[in-house]
This record gives sequence, C-alpha cells and structure tokens, in this order.
Amino acid sequence: MTSPVTEAHSAQSRAGVEVRLQGLRRQYGQVVALDGLDLTIGPGELVALLGPSGCGKTTTLRLLAGLEDADNGTITVGGKDITHQSASKRDMGMVFQAYSLFPHMTVRENVAFGLRLRRISRAERDRRALEMLELVGLSTQAGRYAHQISGGQQQRVALARALAIQPQVLLLDEPLSALDAKVRAQLRDQIRRIQLEVGITTLFVTHDQEEALAIADRVGVMQDGRIEQLGPPTAIYSRPATAFVAEFVGLTNRLVGTVSGSSVTVRGRDLPLVDLSTPPGPVTALVRPEAVTLASDSSGGSGPLTGTVIAITFLGATSRVTVDLGDTTILAQLATSDATALSAGSRVTLTIRPDPVLVSGAPAVTEE
Amino acid sequence: MAAVAPQAFEALTQPATVPRRSMRAGRRRRLNIFRYLVFTLFGLFFLLPLAAMVRFSLEGTKAGSWSVAAWTQIVSYPNLLGAIEITLELAVLTCAVIGVLVVPTLIWIRLRVRWISRAVEFLCLLPLTIPAIVLVVGLAPIYNRIRAHISLSALQLFWAYAILALPYAYRALIAGLDAIDTKTLSEAARSLGAGWFTVIWRVVVPNMWPAILNAMILTSALVLGEFTVALLLLYTNLQTSLYYISRETANAGVLFSTSAAALLFAFVLLMILSLAGRRRGHR
Amino acid sequence: MPFFAYVGLFLLLPTGIVLWGAIRDPAGHGFKLSSLKLLGGSTVRGFFISSVELAAITSIVGALLGAVLAYAVASGNPQGTIRRVYLSGSGVLAQFGGVTLAFAFLAAIGPTSGYLMHAGWFYDFPQGIGLIYIYFQIPLMVLVFLPAIDGMKIQWREATENLGGSTLQFWRYVGGPLLAPAFLGCTLLLFANALSAYATIQAWDNQIAYVVPQQISTAITSEVGLASPNEAQVLALGMVVMVAIIMTGYALLQRRTARWLR
Repeated sequence: MTSPVTEAHSAQSRAGVEVRLQGLRRQYGQVVALDGLDLTIGPGELVALLGPSGCGKTTTLRLLAGLEDADNGTITVGGKDITHQSASKRDMGMVFQAYSLFPHMTVRENVAFGLRLRRISRAERDRRALEMLELVGLSTQAGRYAHQISGGQQQRVALARALAIQPQVLLLDEPLSALDAKVRAQLRDQIRRIQLEVGITTLFVTHDQEEALAIADRVGVMQDGRIEQLGPPTAIYSRPATAFVAEFVGLTNRLVGTVSGSSVTVRGRDLPLVDLSTPPGPVTALVRPEAVTLASDSSGGSGPLTGTVIAITFLGATSRVTVDLGDTTILAQLATSDATALSAGSRVTLTIRPDPVLVSGAPAVTEE
Repeated sequence: MAAVAPQAFEALTQPATVPRRSMRAGRRRRLNIFRYLVFTLFGLFFLLPLAAMVRFSLEGTKAGSWSVAAWTQIVSYPNLLGAIEITLELAVLTCAVIGVLVVPTLIWIRLRVRWISRAVEFLCLLPLTIPAIVLVVGLAPIYNRIRAHISLSALQLFWAYAILALPYAYRALIAGLDAIDTKTLSEAARSLGAGWFTVIWRVVVPNMWPAILNAMILTSALVLGEFTVALLLLYTNLQTSLYYISRETANAGVLFSTSAAALLFAFVLLMILSLAGRRRGHR
Repeated sequence: MPFFAYVGLFLLLPTGIVLWGAIRDPAGHGFKLSSLKLLGGSTVRGFFISSVELAAITSIVGALLGAVLAYAVASGNPQGTIRRVYLSGSGVLAQFGGVTLAFAFLAAIGPTSGYLMHAGWFYDFPQGIGLIYIYFQIPLMVLVFLPAIDGMKIQWREATENLGGSTLQFWRYVGGPLLAPAFLGCTLLLFANALSAYATIQAWDNQIAYVVPQQISTAITSEVGLASPNEAQVLALGMVVMVAIIMTGYALLQRRTARWLR
C-alpha cells in the first residue's frame, strides 16, 4: 500500500508545471470581464486570485479550466499551448464552490469517477480512491452518499476527486465560501498542507482576503478584469500598490495629509511614502489601524492627535477602537489587554507608527 | 385530458432558478441547432391540427372559399350560447367556493391547527387518484336521488367541480402560504391588537394574492375544459354541448370555431399566469 | 368546519359509494364479493387490456418525445419567451384537450374532411386515438419532467468535463442515472393519465366503447333503469386500484428524485 508521501513523489513527476496566461480577454456582450490579463504561476506554486464579485477572478479560472473560451490571449501549461483544447482533454482537477458531488454515487465512486472515465480497472480505481480519501482524512466515509456528510466533508471529497486523476494543475473556485467560519479555517489549512505535500501547481479563487493571505505563495488582487497587484501576502498587506488594494485588504484609515519631498505630513506627523515619486501637495493618506497606537491622555491636551474614544469593538485577541478627533474619526487596532483601560469617553493621545504609507489623489473635504 | 398533475402548473409559475453560465462556443452552437430543430418539429406538430381547425372554421359553403359564418354562429346556434354562459357562471361559482371555503380553511389550519395539515393534504390530493369518471359513478346516485325531488340546474355542478379543482388549487395556495412567513405576520398583527378574522383577511390574504389568483385561474381553466362529469350527469356545459352538436352534424363549422376560441382563451389565461408568476419570483 | 363537511359529502361519499357498491350484493342486503368476479370476465378483461394497451403506448412514446422537448426548453433562457410560450401551450393542451382536440384532429386528418390528409386509419384503434392521446401526453410530460431537468446542477456537467468525460459519458454515467427515476415517475403519471382519460376518446368515437372509462359511462347511462347497478362500480373500483398503485409508484420515485435534484 503506497503512502500518501510516495503518492506525492510520483505525483511530483507529473505536477510542478508552469502555467502561463497571456493577454486573456473575455467579454460578455457589453461587459468586459477580463481585460488583457497576464499571470504566470510557477511550478508547485499556489496563487490566490482575490477580489470582489465581478472582478473576473472566476472567469480567469474557468478559462484556464477550459469551461469557457477566451476571446483573445493564450494559455500555456508546461510549455504547451492549450488555448484551444477542450476542457475534457486538459489535465486539470477542479473543485467547485458547491453541489459538485454526484448525488447518486457513493463517496468512493465519486472520487474514482475520473479514473473510471480513463478505463482504469475496478481494483486499481478503488485502491487509488481510498488512497485519496486517506489523504483528505475521509477513508471512513467511503461508503456514504453526498447528502449524508457535512459541507466541509463534501468539499474534501471534491478535492480527493480532483486529485485522484493526478492532474497537472489544481483549480479551486471559492471552495470554502459555502461553509461555516470554523470549518473554513480548518479546511483551508488542510488544503494548503495537501497542496504542498503533492506539490501541484494551484490556482485558488476567493473573495475572502483572510483566506488568500493565509495560504497563498502569491496573491493577485483583481478589480474590473485586471490584476491590480501581484505579490506575496506580506507585500500585498503592508505595501499596497493602489488605493483599491489598500482598502480591499484589511482596514484602512483615510487621513488628510500633505506631501513634501519623500514624506507625507499627516496631522503633524511625518510618514515615509511608499511611492517616492508622488508629487507634492494635498493627498489622502491610507494608514492601517495597527499602525495607530493609543495612550490615555490625562494632560487635557488638544493636539491634532488627541481625541475621545467613541467605541471599542471586542474581536477576541485584538480590539478595534474608534476615536473621534474632532474633524474626523480614526480606527486603531490594539491587543485587547492594552484596550481594557479604555472606555467610551476616555481622552486619548494617538501615535502613528512610521510605516511607509500609500497616498491617493486629492483629499475629500470631510473624511469619515 | 389530464386529471393528474397539479405540480405541472408549478412549472409554469415558478420561474426557473437555474443560473446560466456560459459554455464553450462549439457546444453552445450544437445545442442551439438541436434546440431549434426540436422547436420547429414540435411546433409544427402542435400547430398543424390547430391551424387546420381554424381554417375549417373559416370555410365557406364552397370548398376553398372563406367565411366567418362559423364564428358568428357561435352566438346564434341554439343552446350554444347558453352553454357557454353556464360554463362561465360555473367557473365563477367554483372559484367562489375555492375562495370562500378553501382559502380561509387552509390559512386557519396553517395558523392555528397545524397538526391537521397532513390529513388535509391527503384529502386535497385524493381527487388525483380518483379519476373524474370514477367520481361520477359515485356522484350519480346522489344527484339522481336529489333530482327525484327537486330539479337541479346545471349550475349545481359547481359542487363537484370544486372537488375536481381541489388538488390544483391546493398546490397553488400552499405554495403561496409557504412563500410568506405566516407565523411572524400573524404574531405581529395579533400583538398590535388584531382579531383572527382581521389577521386572515387583512394580513395574510393580501400577501398571498398571487397564489390565490393562480388558484382561481387554474380552477377556471379546469371548469372550462370539463366534460366527463357534466355529460354523465346529463347536464349541458360548453364541452358537452359541443359534443352533442358533433353528434348531430359532424362537421358543423361552429364546432371548430368554438373549440379554437376556447383553446385560445385558455392559452391567454395561462400566459397571464406565467407573467404573474414571474413578478412573484422577483419578490 | 364547513370545509370538511363539504369535502366529506362530495368526495368521500361518492368514493364510498363506489367501493361499497362494488362489493355489495345486487339483491340489496349483505356483502358479496361475487360482483368482483365480473372483473375477471372476458369482456371486462378486454376493456382493461385495451385501456392498458392504449395507455402504455401513448405514455412511453409521449414520455420519450416529451423528454426531448423538455430538455430543449430547459436548456434555454429561463425567462425567455420561448419557454413561456411552450409552457403555457403545454398547459393548455395537457389539460383542456378532450373534446376540442378531437375536433382539431378531425379537421386535420379526418377521413372525409381532413385538410392535411385523409387518414383512413383515423378511426382505427389504437392508432387514430393514440395519435390524439400523444398530442396531449407530450405537453404533460414537458410540464412534469421540466422541474427535474432544471434540478440538474451545472456543476455536474462541468465536473464531468473537467475529469475528462465526453458528452456521451456524461449522459451514460451521470445525467442518465440521475434523471432515470424522474423519467420513470413521469411515465407512470402519463400512464395514469391515459387510463383515466374519457372526454377525448368519447368525442372521437362514441359508438363503440373501447376502454374502461367508456364502458363505465355505458354502464351508468344504461343504468338509468338500474339494469346492472354493479358493473359501473366494479369497473370504477378496478380503475381506482390501478391508478392508486401507479400513483404510489410515482410518489416513491418522486421522493428519490427530490432528494437528488432539489
């Protein structure tokens, strides 16, 4: 009986291909879903496409899978141009958001289905199916039907089914969106673990930024059919390239500031800029709540960074504090232990950590 | 003639919730060829007899000539107009029974005595297993016995018709009840001081009027097409009078014109139904 | 409540009369099951056989053709006009056929007056009447089978494709098995429908009684003088039993379908 590790080794000789998407364009009537998208996924890499509904991430995935045709552009897998190849000939495994298990087959039959289509013998099929089920930890459920297992288990079966055919590429279309929060977290770690073990090139589509940041090697943030930024999760988070990325990923404070030289002055503080070529003048600076720290102010001062606490939102390990600065509101995120001393109405002084800051355009009149 | 499929009408009123994802061009093309082929073939199959009927109804005394005599005859032919009138009145009466008796009962059960629902469901769907022809066998003695003492006009058929319409009306009404949260609505109303009567008539009914409209249209359609019971109880309605006419003069043009008119009328009714259903689906 | 009184009077009572009359001694007292032997008699058996024959042919043909049409309708725009027209049309034809349909066919292919052709076989049983039956069986099939097709999730098709399956393989391993119970159930429904139909065949040819419903009507109308009071009831009982069995089968198949396709 081969163990999952051996399976991973043999899979590695097949997996680990490079996926290259070039100039992909797709239009539905008047709506342009994809506008010349370029993306290269390295061998064995997990790239997550992140964005709001309608940004084109699912379209990209479906084009790669062959379920739809691109109007323009090419798709190359492992050096071979597969742009015009039909979906059933492409060697890819796909996990859908929901409902993809065949209800009239048992779990084992579902997983073995791809092998059955390839005319692999019954005995060999069952063996491989059970192996896959062990990989996802569901070998005990082999004889059950889809409606008898939970949503999370169904998705694990779907994953086993996709991997059973030993595809070159793994595609995941928002596989966790339909599940409960707790299950989502567990399952996403499991998916990542399996993906690393098997070493398969993977494209993962989601609208949940936490998911994308947690498991991807690189994240592509998309909007309106284009990739706004592509890079490792840390870069996406701390060095957002555009205002959209900054606001979509994590929370942001929008503060009025003035650019001069290589820094922007925000409420009396000088903060370094991400983009050093920003022209001088008034801008909106995007500051992360974690960069804002608070201290109780008993001095009764009234500088630009003193204010009154309006609300404290308890989030478990951290807490979010909303502070009224008189002309605007600011969010600060602290460890809960630091926030216990505060209550609504306390006067506080703020400090902004000098992380590089992104700015965007001219400031609006009164910022929220 | 179908006596057994109220769920069929749900297909008409429930808009399909299947999301349409696009497919590969090649497959889409092949699918479309298939679809248009199918629609053309079946369309022809269904339309030809109807077209023939309409053509026949416009036939003049000499073969090949045109005349609307058959259509004007609808009004003048003995007994036909009366039969049509009776049928329409029957439709109204039957709808009234449904509205006055069935609707409040179903609402009441839903609100207060839910445990009877199963039994009521069984009762309402029972007419499905009992074809009209069988029902007549049982009804005949009753009607005969009553008729021995007092004469009953054809309008008395509505009692039986309401039974026949029950499964269809039931399905439509239950669908409407399921779509609204009767429990919350009634509790809210009651907490504001409404009595049960008000709750039913002012709160629940207005919220399910599309379903009630559904049920009415289905019932009317059924009454318009009903033949078996009327015939065997020796009454005259639209369908039976057509039947009698055909027995006398097999090719009377008026047969065809009336049939065509009746079918057209029913079709319009159902189109209205599907349009009303679409609005409901968007709610 | 008045509802129950009403239903009791007009539904349960007639049903009871039918059942009771079927097993009652014509002489008037006591219960005798001898009338049920009528069901075994050769003439009665003949009626049942022709009924079943007609129903079987028209339900199978109607189901197959109807399924094809249903698929064509289902794979189009859910809000589109074609769908709406075909569904409303189906509703009309399936329900209000009967007398009017018989006339339509008479006009189209009647032996003396038909526009399209003079079909000598128009008055033959089962071909002539079978054709008319199929005319309303197909729409009925479309109406009852369509929800099942709608219930087929797109993901199943796509997943099969993704795993390497062709269209043929999809229908063989996934689509076919999933729709089979619904298809069978609907065929049963069509069968029950054809068995119970009366108006159409009566309008088509009321001289000779071919099927059970017609025989029932003969029995009743000749019964005005109470000639053979039980025959109608016995026949009716036979019909009810048949239809009840079929509907039970249908209900069981529906349960499986609902689990998979809802």
